[in-house]
Amino acid sequence: MNEFAFFIDYSRCIGCQACVHACSECDTHRGRSLIHLETIERRESVQTAPQVCMHCEDPICAQVCPADAIKQTSDGVVQSSLKPRCIGCSNCVLACPFGVPKYDADVDQMMKCDMCYDRTSTGRRPMCATVCPSGALAFATIEEIMQARRGHPVNDWWFGDAHVRTKVYVLVPTEVSRFDISIIPLSALRRAPKPPVDPYDVAALLEGR
Amino acid sequence: MDEPRWRQDFPVRWDEDHYVTRRELAKFLTLGSGLLAGANAMIALIGLTRTPPAAPVQRIAGVNDVAPGSSLLFRYPTSEDPCILVRDASGRFDAFSQVCTHLSCAVVHAPGEDVLACPCHKGAFSARDGLPTAGPPTRRLPRVVIEQRGDDLVATRLEV
Repeated sequence: MNEFAFFIDYSRCIGCQACVHACSECDTHRGRSLIHLETIERRESVQTAPQVCMHCEDPICAQVCPADAIKQTSDGVVQSSLKPRCIGCSNCVLACPFGVPKYDADVDQMMKCDMCYDRTSTGRRPMCATVCPSGALAFATIEEIMQARRGHPVNDWWFGDAHVRTKVYVLVPTEVSRFDISIIPLSALRRAPKPPVDPYDVAALLEGR
Repeated sequence: MDEPRWRQDFPVRWDEDHYVTRRELAKFLTLGSGLLAGANAMIALIGLTRTPPAAPVQRIAGVNDVAPGSSLLFRYPTSEDPCILVRDASGRFDAFSQVCTHLSCAVVHAPGEDVLACPCHKGAFSARDGLPTAGPPTRRLPRVVIEQRGDDLVATRLEV
């Protein structure tokens, strides 16, 4: 089971929402999807991107949790918050660089993707990877992926100077060896002039502004 | 360890957590209560097999040393055990341990009264039989059995 890994290929996503619905059918959080299907530059493009928990090797969400509610199991899976411990402070929501944890006010608790721990811990594939028709989400061995796909899997992320290594891989062209995400310091943001109107502001689009 | 102490207590990784399992707790409780029961049994066995040392026969005072209605302090069976000898108005002698059965204060006798009073919590014992009559004590004072031999009062044993 350990040789199986989770792969995301954003370029293959067709935005069909199958993963979202499969996720919300899970018995542990029925009716609530924990996978985020993001739209990318919605005015110009139909590109979508599925976002599951990346399961960082050193999970920032768990590091900032004041209630010891987010735990990482020995197989590297970062679990969703424990109901008796989570105090709903949303520290993890703010800390996660991937925007995965979300605070759920109805249950006053953070809920996030746990790689379908009930399934993967018994050798089955996660719900979303089972239903994805285009292979944007895949739960397979590295050999299988390397045979079937172009590009290569990468799990090194640099957010400014902070290095994050994740359990989940993202498939990228071979010339990309790591992700560099530049960070805008808050001080620079305060000094900068007011940003222009966001052309991808969906709410503004819907209101006809 | 460069990790702070609180992080060691609350690690992110679940397998580094020091959980006490139900089985460990059950094992500890079983062995602990077994040990306790065994120790109690040992103490009981020692108590059954060992005979207490015979109480010494000890002269307390002369009959005429204590006037009717007054009292006299002495130590019996060892010099660590304070006792009190009381003579009532009719001339009868009674002796008791002076240690209150509540919290071990020394009971005192007021001349002319048939009461041994404990000043600590206003406990009172009858000076006739040592039974508690007032206050917190619930057990009687141990009686020192005395005999009159000629003109001497002699303590022969302690009646708990």
